[in-house]
Amino acid sequence: MIRPEIIAAVCQQFPQATRSEFRGQVRLVVPPSVVHDVLQTLKQEHGFDLLVDVTCVDYLYYRGATDRFGLVYLLANTATNERITVRTFVNDPEPRVRSVVDLWEAANWLEREVWDMFGIRFEGHPDLRRILLPEGFEAFPLRKDYPLQGRGERHNLPVLTRRES
Amino acid sequence: MAVDLPDNVVVTRLDELVNWCRKNSLWPMPFATACCGIELMATGASRHDVARFGAEVFRFSPRQCDLMIVAGRVVMKMMPVLQRIWLQMPEPKWCISMGACASTGGVFDTYSVVQGIDRFIPVDVYVPGCPPRPEQLLRGIMDLQDKIQRQGTMFGRELDAPGRNVPPLALRAEGRISAEARKPAGGSGQA
Repeated sequence: MIRPEIIAAVCQQFPQATRSEFRGQVRLVVPPSVVHDVLQTLKQEHGFDLLVDVTCVDYLYYRGATDRFGLVYLLANTATNERITVRTFVNDPEPRVRSVVDLWEAANWLEREVWDMFGIRFEGHPDLRRILLPEGFEAFPLRKDYPLQGRGERHNLPVLTRRES
Repeated sequence: MAVDLPDNVVVTRLDELVNWCRKNSLWPMPFATACCGIELMATGASRHDVARFGAEVFRFSPRQCDLMIVAGRVVMKMMPVLQRIWLQMPEPKWCISMGACASTGGVFDTYSVVQGIDRFIPVDVYVPGCPPRPEQLLRGIMDLQDKIQRQGTMFGRELDAPGRNVPPLALRAEGRISAEARKPAGGSGQA
């Protein structure tokens, strides 16, 4: 659970934010322009010192969805054991959002993974390279318009025969 | 022509003798990437005891190995590593593709998983199973021993036999093999 006064304070400071709740877990939905400020407020004024995860959902083909990518930030307060989810939505072309590496070092690799899989650009990230896929990989495979079996990346590798080895 | 041999003398072909030595002293390179690796370890442990077949000397340097056992799925990012290790192994060398994933990609028909290592490196014996039991791997090693004894030659002449240096059937059917694709990425085997 999370203290309601924290949510009230954040919502008062950022009128664009909307809150929702599911099974006792509170979620704040904010526009991408202020997501960094909201996270900074949560960290510096409300003690959410741990960035648990940064991840993303592609809502392409999703019934009723108005935006394409939903970015998810999961925060935790290690002193009070409170947790909060902050969400924001970004869209094609060039989905981008401000990096939070300056707030949590942990965001470095998490944002690289989101870039790797979804192609969301994090502005201000010190080293936005692919983290899991090979350097030469060109697609963003967790996007819903990417075919499950790929576009031949797994086949276009050099072949070794007996004589060559 | 009758030759009167003493009791402790055997007459054989040199190739046969060399093959007999090689097949009974296989030194495996464990390329274990997934659950097949656990069965591979069980094969090496005391209950199944691959030492009975002379193949207990697992080496973690490819320079000291002559049998690569690819146990588990191989992703496209790992394939250059696998090829590099294969090139670093000294001749004569053999390869066992252990399990469904290494042989065909298994259930992982996704963009990143190689659909069978034999598309990209030569394979001598395939071991089916998901994962194969140690007995199956032992059978694979015995089959490989049989293959070495039957086909091996001291200087590797069998490797130049027709049909040994063509890409796998699957690749030829897809028409994807071009001249530049046949060149290994890592350059020479001295890397």
